[in-house]
Amino acid sequence: MTIDVSKWPFGVNQDNQVDFDEADKSLAMAVKAKDPTLKLCMGCGTCSAGCTAGALTDFNIRQMFLLLNRGRNDEVAEKINNCMLCGKCILGCPRGVNTRNVILTIREVLEK
Amino acid sequence: MANVTIIGGGVAGMAAAGVLTKRGHEVTLMERDSKLGGHVGKWYKVFPDITDASEIVDELKGDLNGVKIKTNADVKEIEKSGKKFKVNGTSADAVLIAAGFEPFDATLKEEYGYGIYDNVVTSLELDEMLKTGKLKTKDGKTPKSVGLVHCVGSRDEKVNNNYCSRVCCTNVIKSGIEIKEHYPGTDVFCFYMDVRAYGRGYEELYRKSQEECGVTFIRSRLSEANENADKTLLLRVEDTLAGKPMKINVDLLVLMVGMCPSVNAGSLKNSIGLETGDDRFFKTKNKHSANNESNIPGVFYAGATTGPKSIVESITDGRAAAAEIHSYLS
Repeated sequence: MTIDVSKWPFGVNQDNQVDFDEADKSLAMAVKAKDPTLKLCMGCGTCSAGCTAGALTDFNIRQMFLLLNRGRNDEVAEKINNCMLCGKCILGCPRGVNTRNVILTIREVLEK
Repeated sequence: MANVTIIGGGVAGMAAAGVLTKRGHEVTLMERDSKLGGHVGKWYKVFPDITDASEIVDELKGDLNGVKIKTNADVKEIEKSGKKFKVNGTSADAVLIAAGFEPFDATLKEEYGYGIYDNVVTSLELDEMLKTGKLKTKDGKTPKSVGLVHCVGSRDEKVNNNYCSRVCCTNVIKSGIEIKEHYPGTDVFCFYMDVRAYGRGYEELYRKSQEECGVTFIRSRLSEANENADKTLLLRVEDTLAGKPMKINVDLLVLMVGMCPSVNAGSLKNSIGLETGDDRFFKTKNKHSANNESNIPGVFYAGATTGPKSIVESITDGRAAAAEIHSYLS
């Protein structure tokens, strides 16, 4: 039985911890199967530092990949279209992640 | 012909002995264990090329013709009279201290549960498991997930070790690759603050672990481990890139223990007035240009006795010390 905490006469905070065992890694796995360069991301932030969209909005491509790896797929889906696909991030990536293609792949997998 | 006594038959001491005997010196190599090789002699595969550690030891042994080897010779003090030294009764014109290191005692990090929980082991025990082909939890099952914890006993004021042990990061990477290659169904999670893969071929190994082997790196420092009823371990870390606390369960937790000074470093130091640094490793005369010399003429250092070193660095350091000793004696 699910308890509806919204009916309780006092507030209950949601668990702020990421439960990595329960995280849905299926999107990340599907994207990595289509573009394996994503496996090489080490989270340095070169991509997000030079990001055209990131300079004007709170879009953060490094964080996008991290959210994906942590199974926070709703947040990925919500933010992924803020990318303008200029491809500047690819120029800087020291690990050769095909960042623009990863974004396109995430969109493609999400659409299915 | 001069007499040189080397304290420590690990890779640094053996490398130095090999050079010194070729230069015509009478070398006595003292090893506290029953056989030569030190820590490397006990290990399985080593980075960056994942070769057998025994091959390295065998190669160094091949250079020891003419060296007087004394095993089971634990050296706790050096005697000095004039320009001469005496080590366990053997007189010497120069002494090389290559006393190496001791692995960090993981029980000191009680919150990680080593020695308390069933499935918490150290990197040395993992190496033994991989060597014998038995990567198992205590109840004999192949773990479905393994957590590798960086910086155990390193960069940690709580255990009085502020220094970095330097090799653990690359050891994590190498271990991750080995686990994934032998047990492809096992997930490997590494908990790191930063990856210090500094040597030639190390960064490439880091890439390989991610690209080819699918090892997962989570930027964090383990806060605590708790044992579940089924003997798996609940880990609490902060995923610092995401800025959120994270919990994750693993079947086996491996603590990558750092390097501490040799247990004999203190008594050797006190016996003739040598100097150690804040990190308790021996202090060299100059960190740049006299990194094998001590404050006492005739006493030299090589290998991890002056701080954590990789195998190749210890061997190179041993040979550099041998060259310094040769110059000192001629």
